[in-house]
Amino acid sequence: MTDASLHSASRDTEAQFGDYFALLKPRVMTLVVFTAFVGLLAAPVPVHPFVGFCAVLFIAVGGGASGALNMWWDADIDAVMKRTARRPIPAGKVAPEEALALGVGLSGFAVLLLGLATNWVAAGLLAFTIFFYVVIYTMWLKRWTPQNIVIGGAAGAFPPMIGWAAATGGIAVESVLMFCLTFMWTPPHFWALALFMRGDYDNAGVPMLTVTHGRKATRVHILAYTLLLAALALAIAFTGAGGPFYLAVALVLNALFIKGAVSIWRRDEDDAEADNFAVERRFFKLSLLYLFAHFGAILVEAGLDRAGLSLNPGGLW
Amino acid sequence: MNFQPEHELHRRRKGRNTGVGLVLAALIVIVFGLTYVKVTSQGFRDSAPAVQEAG
Repeated sequence: MTDASLHSASRDTEAQFGDYFALLKPRVMTLVVFTAFVGLLAAPVPVHPFVGFCAVLFIAVGGGASGALNMWWDADIDAVMKRTARRPIPAGKVAPEEALALGVGLSGFAVLLLGLATNWVAAGLLAFTIFFYVVIYTMWLKRWTPQNIVIGGAAGAFPPMIGWAAATGGIAVESVLMFCLTFMWTPPHFWALALFMRGDYDNAGVPMLTVTHGRKATRVHILAYTLLLAALALAIAFTGAGGPFYLAVALVLNALFIKGAVSIWRRDEDDAEADNFAVERRFFKLSLLYLFAHFGAILVEAGLDRAGLSLNPGGLW
Repeated sequence: MNFQPEHELHRRRKGRNTGVGLVLAALIVIVFGLTYVKVTSQGFRDSAPAVQEAG
């Protein structure tokens, strides 16, 4: 940065600390923190609380770093979408090179410190997650295939697996199923959003399923993914991470979620326009509760297990 | 004692500089805490004599 640019910036365009923090996508980070925390606690190996805190922090910083790299690469399409136009780069607060430097620096920092604090399997998984989200999803597939949401969902699904690996040093059926839960949940969640947030993705030229295959096909896809999701969500109940409490929560929520998906599938555009996409909006809100409650139930099962009250020792019930 | 008036640039960037300072302080606490936990852990203490013997 030159001396001239230092002095010419006005208060309105001067990047504040919050602008750099916004590059880390704090709202996405809350999901990362929560699911990584659940993965860590659901693991059968106890972790020192401070090491556990640091592990979750480094996973969150790694996730945030990939968010900054995503904003650096996608600054052009963020500028034309209403939802993202006020992000720090399109708003002119942070220079793209600064976002790149922050993303690369924090990625290296997070991976290295996670490896030193826990183990290199967890650090390797975090490094792969960042690579997957930035290179495979953001740079390669997002602007190329309408299945972009499905693939991008994989990156967001890794945190519980990394949390589990931080505790155990490995991968297990439970951690893979927790990955699958978020992975299969992401498409119906985002496609429901795409149904009622029309226009944004069309303007940006991102090939969303609603644009490339039509809205009827999107409704069919939501139902198909919801059914697959339900099978995976219920399967967790019969592993070491699940139990009767989790099963009860999963049964109720999956019944509601399938009911919502069927309603979306049976509607056409005229019905949706008539009530301003009320069913799609309700389904989207339910999807937020759905994921939170499933991971919350896994957390409760882990708590019961630690307290010696589990009805499902080893997932054998 | 500094008689120079505060530059406008410093006032403008106060929030950012305070934030960076707090992040760096937190980093020190984290590295210190992790070191303490690792060094006082049972695994570290068990491996210490073996390392001395090997040396």
